Amino acid sequence: MAAELSAPWLAPEEWQAVRLSLKVAFWAVVAALPPGLIVAHALARWRFPGRGLLNVIVHLPLVLPPVVTGYILLVVFGRRGILGAWMADTLGLVLAFRWTGAAVAAAVMAFPLMVRAIRQGIESVDPGLEQAAATLGAGRVRVWLSVTLPLMAPGLIAGIVIGFAKALGEFGATMTFVAAIPGETRTISTAIHGLLQVPGQEGAVVHLALISVVLATGALALSEVVSRKLGPGR
Amino acid sequence: MSALSIAITARLGGFDLAAEIEAPAGITALFGRSGSGKTSVVNAVAGLLRPDAGHISVGGHRLFDSAAGIDLPAPRRRVGYVFQDARLFPHMTVGRNLSYGGRHDADRIIAMLGLAQLLDRRPASLSGGERQRVALGRALMRNPGILLMDEPLAALDAGRKAEIMPYLERLRDETRLPVLYVSHDISEVARLATTLALIDRGRVTRVGPLAEVLADPSIAPQFGKRDLGAVMAGEVGGHDPIDDLSEVRFSGGVLVLPGRLGAPGSTVRVRIAAQDVILSRTRPEGLSALNVLEAEVTGIRFGEGPGAVVGLRAGAAPFLARVTRRSARVLELGEGQTVFAIIKTVSVAPGDVGS
Repeated sequence: MAAELSAPWLAPEEWQAVRLSLKVAFWAVVAALPPGLIVAHALARWRFPGRGLLNVIVHLPLVLPPVVTGYILLVVFGRRGILGAWMADTLGLVLAFRWTGAAVAAAVMAFPLMVRAIRQGIESVDPGLEQAAATLGAGRVRVWLSVTLPLMAPGLIAGIVIGFAKALGEFGATMTFVAAIPGETRTISTAIHGLLQVPGQEGAVVHLALISVVLATGALALSEVVSRKLGPGR
Repeated sequence: MSALSIAITARLGGFDLAAEIEAPAGITALFGRSGSGKTSVVNAVAGLLRPDAGHISVGGHRLFDSAAGIDLPAPRRRVGYVFQDARLFPHMTVGRNLSYGGRHDADRIIAMLGLAQLLDRRPASLSGGERQRVALGRALMRNPGILLMDEPLAALDAGRKAEIMPYLERLRDETRLPVLYVSHDISEVARLATTLALIDRGRVTRVGPLAEVLADPSIAPQFGKRDLGAVMAGEVGGHDPIDDLSEVRFSGGVLVLPGRLGAPGSTVRVRIAAQDVILSRTRPEGLSALNVLEAEVTGIRFGEGPGAVVGLRAGAAPFLARVTRRSARVLELGEGQTVFAIIKTVSVAPGDVGS
C-alpha cells in the first residue's frame, strides 16, 4: 500500500478517467441546462394540460433503477435503436459506446435534480416583481434577464452544481448504455468499479475516490461563493 | 373629454366585475371594502388583467377596446403603478430601481420625494414609508400618462402616512397627471380625491365629484358607521393661539376647528362624520359645541336598523347627519325644513383635514 502511494501520484489511465469524467459531466450539464430551464419554468409557472404527466416523466430517471434508464437509452439511441439507427444513417451520429453517449446518460440522470433545484429558484421569485417590471415598460426578455434570472440565480447555481456532481458520479445508466471503454467511456465511477474487480488495485481506487471527493467539494464551495456574490444583498 | 374612461366587465374568481368610470383630471379614488374588486380595476388599466369586454382609455388614448380588438400589452401602456407592497427590486439599489422605467424629470422627482440620500441603499434596508416614496418616484420617472396607486399607504402607520400625504397633495395640485387611487380608508380619500367612485362586490355603484357623492344619503349602506361623512372645502380664517383653534369659512357659515390648519386665506377640506352631527329644530343655546350651522334638509334615508341618514345643505355645502329613526320622527324632519346642525369641534380629527 505504502509503495503504491509513493508512486507517481496518478497513473496515465487514472488521469484519462478523470479528464473524461470532467468532459462528460461538463457537456451533460451544458446539454441538460436549456431544456431544464424551460421545463422548470413550465412546471413552476405555466398551467397547461399534461403538466402532471410532464412532472412524472421528468422525475422518472430519479426513481427508475439506473440500469433500466440505461437500457431504455440503449433501446432508443443504440445503433439499432428507434432513433439511434436513424441518427447513425442520416446524421452519422452514434451515441452508444461513445463518450457522447456517456454525456447523454449523465444528462438524463442529472436532469430531474437540475429541474427540481431550478424550479425552486423560480418559485422563490415573486411574480409581482415581474409584473412591476412589465408596468415599467420592460418586455418579456428584459423582465427575465433583469428580474427573474438574478433572483432565481441561487436555485440555478444549485441546479448546475448538483447536476454536475450527479453527472460526474453517474454509474448505472452509463455502464449499461456505453460500458467502460478506456479512453472513450471509462469515467471515474466505471473505472473504480472496474478496478475493484481486479485484486491489488486498491491504491488506484483510493486515488480515484479521493479525486471524486475533491471535485465534489470544490464544486460545492464554488457554488457557495458565486451564489453569495449574486444573491440579493441583504 | 374624460382624462380616464373605463367601461369593462370581467369574470373573476368570486364574482363578476362591472366597472364604469368617467373621470376628469385629478385624483379619482376607488373606494370599497377589501375584496370588492378595486385592485382588479386597476390591474385592468395597467394591462395585468384582461377584461372580457369593454374599453379603457386614458387621456384619449385607447389602451383596451374589445370591440376594436385593441389590447395594448402592459409594457406599452405608459402607466405608473405604485403597488401596496411597493414591489421594489430587491437585488438593485434604490437608484437602479428608480431609473428602471426611465429617467424622466429625475432630478426634480428625486428632490420632491427626498430620495437623494437613499440612492445607494438596498430596498431591504428602507423603512415602509421610504419604500413607498421610492416606488412613487420609480412610477413617476417612467413619465406615465396615468398614475395607478393601489392602497399605497395601507401598510404604513399613521406617522408614515402623514409623511407621504403632502407629496400626493402636491402631485394632485402641481401636475396634470390623472391618478387612479384605490383605498378603503375614507379619511385618505376625503383628503386626496377629486372624483370618487364607489365599488361594491365588483360593481361601480356611483361616480361623481367627491363632495357631491359623500353628501348623498343613498350611499350610506356602503359605508361603515364611522366612515359616512361629507367633505366641505373652506377658507382658513384666523388662528387663536391661546385656545389653539382655527376658523374656517364655508359657504354655509364658519366652523371652529382644533389646531393650526394653514395660512389664512388657504383652502382646506374638512371631513365631517355623519354621526358627529346633532340636529335641532330650534337654534340651540348654552351648548359646549362651538359649531352650529343653519341648514336645510334635502332628503332622509331610512335604512335597516334604528338609524336614519339626513341629507343637509348649509349655503352651497351639502353634508350628512346620522340620527335615530325615532329622532327623525320626533323632530318631524322633512325635505325643505330648516334645522340647526351642531358639530362638535373636537370630532374633526387632524387626519380629516387636508389642503
